[in-house]
Amino acid sequence: MSHFAELLRFTTAGSVDDGKSTLIGRLLYDSKSIFQDQYDQIKETSERRGEEGVNLALLTDGLKSEREQGITIDVAYRYFSTPRRKFIIADTPGHIQYTRNMVTGASSANVALILIDARNGVVDQTRRHAIIASLLQIPHIVVCINKMDLVDYDRDAYDKIQSSFESFAAKLDVKDVHFIPISALNGDNVVNRSDKTPWYEGPTLMYYLENVHIASDHNFIDQRFPVQYVIRPYNDEFHDFRGYAGRLAGGVIKVGDEVTLLPSGFTTSVKNIYGPDGDLQEAFPPQSITVQLEEDFDLSRGDMIVRAHNQPEVTQDIDVMMCWFDHSKPLQSHGKYTLQHTTQSVRCIIKEIRYKLDINTLHRIKDDLVINMNDIARVSLRTTKPLFVDSYRQNRVTGSVILVDEANNNTVAAGMII
Amino acid sequence: MDYQISHLKELEAESMYILREVAAQFERPVLMFSGGKDSILMVHLAHKAFYPARIPFPLLHVDTGHNFPETLKYRDKLVEKLGVKLIVASVEEAISTGLVTEERGFNASRNMLQIGVLLDALERGKYDAALGGARRDEEKARAKERFFSHRDEFGQWDPKNQRPELWNLFNGKKNMGEHFRIFPISNWTELDVWQYLAEEKVDLPSLYFAHERKVFERDGALLADCEYIMKKPDELVFTEMVRCRTIGDMTCTGVWRSGAGTIEDIIEEVATTRLTERGGRTDDKRSETAMEDRKKEGYF
Repeated sequence: MSHFAELLRFTTAGSVDDGKSTLIGRLLYDSKSIFQDQYDQIKETSERRGEEGVNLALLTDGLKSEREQGITIDVAYRYFSTPRRKFIIADTPGHIQYTRNMVTGASSANVALILIDARNGVVDQTRRHAIIASLLQIPHIVVCINKMDLVDYDRDAYDKIQSSFESFAAKLDVKDVHFIPISALNGDNVVNRSDKTPWYEGPTLMYYLENVHIASDHNFIDQRFPVQYVIRPYNDEFHDFRGYAGRLAGGVIKVGDEVTLLPSGFTTSVKNIYGPDGDLQEAFPPQSITVQLEEDFDLSRGDMIVRAHNQPEVTQDIDVMMCWFDHSKPLQSHGKYTLQHTTQSVRCIIKEIRYKLDINTLHRIKDDLVINMNDIARVSLRTTKPLFVDSYRQNRVTGSVILVDEANNNTVAAGMII
Repeated sequence: MDYQISHLKELEAESMYILREVAAQFERPVLMFSGGKDSILMVHLAHKAFYPARIPFPLLHVDTGHNFPETLKYRDKLVEKLGVKLIVASVEEAISTGLVTEERGFNASRNMLQIGVLLDALERGKYDAALGGARRDEEKARAKERFFSHRDEFGQWDPKNQRPELWNLFNGKKNMGEHFRIFPISNWTELDVWQYLAEEKVDLPSLYFAHERKVFERDGALLADCEYIMKKPDELVFTEMVRCRTIGDMTCTGVWRSGAGTIEDIIEEVATTRLTERGGRTDDKRSETAMEDRKKEGYF
C-alpha cells in the first residue's frame, strides 16, 4: 500500500506569448491531470467567447476578474503527479508589474522553469526571471527554449540562446542550470522525446522534473529548531510533559544531542523526539516534530534550539535584499514595521536604503532611493529584539523575513538576509 | 546520507506546521467540521500536531438539519474519542428565529443559508480563526486561496487583495472584529487525501463506500432520495450501488455509481476517474463562479 513519491515544487514564469499556459496545459493533459468535466467546461467557455481552440489558461485563471480580463492576477497553484513524483506548480503571471507574484511563487520552489521563445532569444523578461531565481536561491533552473518548431528545430538557434543565457547567468548566483529545446504546442521533448532534435541528447522536461536531485535542497548541516509552540497536556498520564513543537529548519537533530538554547545560552541535551507517528531517534527538515529536553528551562515561541558548537548569528542588525509589495505607498526610510522571522515577531526600523537594484541589468541605483511596488533594494534594518539568523544563501528558512505594515496589517515586503 | 520523506509525509508536516501556527498566533481558533473526509483528515492531523495534549480548539458543525444520519453518528463518536468540544450551529434554529430564510422549490437547498449561520456562530463565539478543510485542487476559486485567508468584519473575502505568502512565514495580524479562515490542507489533492487516510488506517463514515441506496437523477447527477428534496413528477426513484465522493448536505451532495467497497478500491477509482469530485455538487453548478461568489460572502 505504501506509495513513495517525492514532492517537487516548481515555479513557472513567462508571458502568455511564451506559451506558458500551453506548456502547463500539456504537462497536465499528458499526465492525465485534467478532468473531463473541467476540460468540457473550459472548452464550452472558449467556444462561447469565440476563441480558437481550447484556452488552457482558463484552467488556472480561477477568479471572475481574471477570466473577464484574460489576465492572471494572482499566483495559481496546480497539481499533477506521475508514479515517481507529485508536483506543485506555482504559476505566476509574467507581466512586468508582477515581480511580487514571481517572488512569492519562487520562495518555496525547488525548480524554476524559465521559458524562452526560440524566435526572440533572451529578452528583458528572461533576465528578470533569472535574477529573481538567483535572489530567491531556487536550487535548480531549467530553461525551456520553446517554439523550436518555428525555427525549424535549428541547433544553431538553440546554441546561440543557450550561450547568451549562460553569459548573463555567469553574473548571477545560480548553481544548476539545464537547457531543453521544446515545442509545447507539438509536445516535442515535453513528455516524449522528439525525433526532430536528434542533436539534443539531454532529457525531456518531464524526465528532468521526475529525476532532478532535490533531496539535498534542504540544509542538513546546521541544526536550527525554532520553537513554534509549547505542548503542555496537563493530564494525568503526561502531567510533567513539556514538549517544544516546531518544524526543523536546518540540520539533523538526534536523541542525546547536546544543544544550546537561544537566547538564554543554556546548554542541555535532547531527551526525546516525537514525530507524527511516535518516537524518533533523529529528525531532519522539513519534518514537524516535538522535542523534549533533559532539563526544563523556560523556553517559549520564538526561541531556538541549536547545536552547541554551530550557532546562528544573534543580532539586532541585519542587511537584506528586499522586494517591496505595497502598491499604496513606498518603503519608508526610518519607518517602523513589524518583522516576522521564523517564529519570532518583532518590531524593526529601516535604518538605511543602500541601493535599488535594476532588475534588468543588475546595476545598483543610488541616486533614486524611492522604493515602490515590485522594486528590489538592499536595506539595513535594526530590530527591537535579537534574531537568530543565517544568511539566506545558507538557509532559506532562517535567512528570510517579511515586513508587516503596522497601520493596516498588510504584508508589505519580503527580505533575504545577506 | 540522503534524508528523504514521501510527498504524503511532507504534506503532513506542512499541515501540522500550519495547525500549530494557528494555535500560537490566534486566541480563539475553531475547526469547521462537516463530517466529510477532508475535515476528518483535519482532525486527524490536529490530533498529531498537539499530541499528547488535546486538540486546543473546539469543532464547529454547521448543521443544516439535512444530514445523512451516518454523518451525525460518526461525528459524535469522533468527538467522544478525542475529548474535544463540539459546537453545533443549527440552520433549522436560525430559520425559526428568522436569521435566515428557507429557500423554496425543487432546487431548494440550505447550502447558501449556511453562510449566515456560520458567520453568526463565529461572531457569537468570538472566534478569530476558523480552520477549514478546503483544498486548492477542488475548485478554481479555491485554487487562489491563501493558507491564512483574511476576512473583514463582515466575513467577506477579497480575492484580488490578498496578502502574499512566502516561505514559512504566515501573517495572522488583524483588527478587532476581523477573522481568518485557515486552510492547512491547501496543497493536498483528492488522491493524496485517500492515499494518506489509507496509510494511516483512519476510520471513515460508511457513506464513502459502495452501498445500495434509493436515488433519482437530476441534471446528470444522482441524488439520494430523501424527504428534504422535492422531486419533479418525472424524477423516478430507483435503487443503485453508489457511494459519496464528497459529503455535504443531502440536498446538494450527489452520489456516484460505484462498486468501490474498500479504501483501496476508492484509490483505484480516484486515480483513474475522468471527473472531478465536485462534479456531483449541485451547489457549484448554479453558475460558473458559484464558489467564488459564495466565498466572497463568507462561505467555507
